[in-house]
Amino acid sequence: MTKRKKLARGVAVVGGGLSKLGLFKDRNSKDFFAEAYLEMLGSVDKGIDPKDIESIYIGNFSNDFFVKQGHWSPIIADLVGHVPKPITRTEGACASSALAFREGVLAIASGLYDIVLVGGVEQMSQRTTEEVAEGLGSAGSPYEVAAGLIFPGVFGIIATSYFAKYNTNRETLFNVTIKSHQNAPLNPKAQFPLTIRDFMNARIEKLRQKGEPLPNWQDEKDFLRDTTVNPTVSWPMHLFDCCPISDGASCLLLVAEDIAKNFTDDPIYVAGIGQGSGYSLHAAPNITSFEATKAAAQEAYNMSGFTPDDIQFSEVHDCFSMAEIIHLEDLGFFKPGEGHKATAEGLTRLDGPKPINTSGGLKTKGHPVGATGVAQIYEVWLQLRRKAGKRQVPNANLRVGGAHNLGGTGGTCTFTILERK
Amino acid sequence: MDTKPFNDHSYEAFLAEEKIMGARCKKCGKVALPPRPLCISCHSSDMEWVQFQGKGKLAAFTSISVAPPAMAKEGFSRNNPYIVGVVELVEGNRIVGRIVGLDAKKPENIKVGSPLKAEFIPAGPGSNSTTSLVFKP
Repeated sequence: MTKRKKLARGVAVVGGGLSKLGLFKDRNSKDFFAEAYLEMLGSVDKGIDPKDIESIYIGNFSNDFFVKQGHWSPIIADLVGHVPKPITRTEGACASSALAFREGVLAIASGLYDIVLVGGVEQMSQRTTEEVAEGLGSAGSPYEVAAGLIFPGVFGIIATSYFAKYNTNRETLFNVTIKSHQNAPLNPKAQFPLTIRDFMNARIEKLRQKGEPLPNWQDEKDFLRDTTVNPTVSWPMHLFDCCPISDGASCLLLVAEDIAKNFTDDPIYVAGIGQGSGYSLHAAPNITSFEATKAAAQEAYNMSGFTPDDIQFSEVHDCFSMAEIIHLEDLGFFKPGEGHKATAEGLTRLDGPKPINTSGGLKTKGHPVGATGVAQIYEVWLQLRRKAGKRQVPNANLRVGGAHNLGGTGGTCTFTILERK
Repeated sequence: MDTKPFNDHSYEAFLAEEKIMGARCKKCGKVALPPRPLCISCHSSDMEWVQFQGKGKLAAFTSISVAPPAMAKEGFSRNNPYIVGVVELVEGNRIVGRIVGLDAKKPENIKVGSPLKAEFIPAGPGSNSTTSLVFKP
């Protein structure tokens, strides 16, 4: 039996904010963060005096690359009026802000602070798609970069390995994409609030206006098979297997458990946090699994006392359709090789027994990489407070939710479990 | 050759001599490719060089249509995709490398498990190295 390592003091989430996600050529990182921050201030039921915030942790993968501006954290502290308080930037590629969340939790658990702001921000739209692919690719291992590998390629490699191992093919990934897009229109902050059927109708309308011949798609899968609308990015990953390039910011207000009720009658508690590191692709013992996810999940399960079956719903890091299936298995929700079948059976739909990515996931909501980890935890917080609007999980006894964040090619992963007591 | 440090620089210098060299732990026998200065299995730092045959099979692959700038400089594009694979060498280690001699435009015809052998080619303009290790059927 693994020793149950616990926080020295409990931590609660009492406020949160998420900017609208998308591509915003006329706004920058400061605008996105201010938007998320102001929503957070307004979300605290009994109010928060910003002066009481003691420290800030902020995730940002690479403003250095995306907008040629390093050392972003004091600019954020100044933006929202918190100079000279300490602010620390965390970097874990696409898991950057889940690390900020974890550092914030540990700072409160240590007893050093009672009230901490955590968040993340990324501005990616100033670069071309190819440059973004190169910038993100720099978070892979040097050996992978040298071979010309980019992120969609890494998940393409994982996919061909998965298909060969479990005797399936690209078609099974369509179920992930269609499911995520079912949730998308229910999230007013999503970058692409559209179902696959909406994309089909829009395309048909465009062709009709141009007087061009209309496609004869039988259903959504038929649309996804059509490479004129769903071109190859890195086979077998096609456009609709990949999350978009996005701008955005997220934040959460964390407080010590013993003062949580000063801020709200409905605090959501941190039940478990876990973080792990992983190998380069060539050195991984199993190409269809992430060591870092399994380590993070084990730590979070041990801390919380919960098992995978106790996690009623979860956000998982679906940067690519293939990624979602791997995470479902690594987190223990389904057995190895069963993740794709569970998705095909509808078990991960919003109305299924294990809703996955109720936000629409990175695929439809958007993936401003440094903001994503906290954005995922924000979704879990909203759901547990039953404030997720039209995408609210239809379960009257919603109590435990998870958020899984992956950085690089699995070099850094986290799993966070929130609980309503 | 035995005096070379067990690092990336030495690995690339060996590639320029058309040799694939890894580091074997003298204590527990675990082999690292590319070489490492210490054994991640038993944590010993008593390592020796070991040469690989350069034969293996395709463990997994992708055919990349959206080339990053470094690969675009080498002429790769949507109309000229390229293949990157994980190759499982006969000695058991895996390595990531470009795969040549297979039709990148017809990835659905490429079979996981296909036999491959190493080839050493001059590195492209987007690379910091002099020699690239690629694999072909």
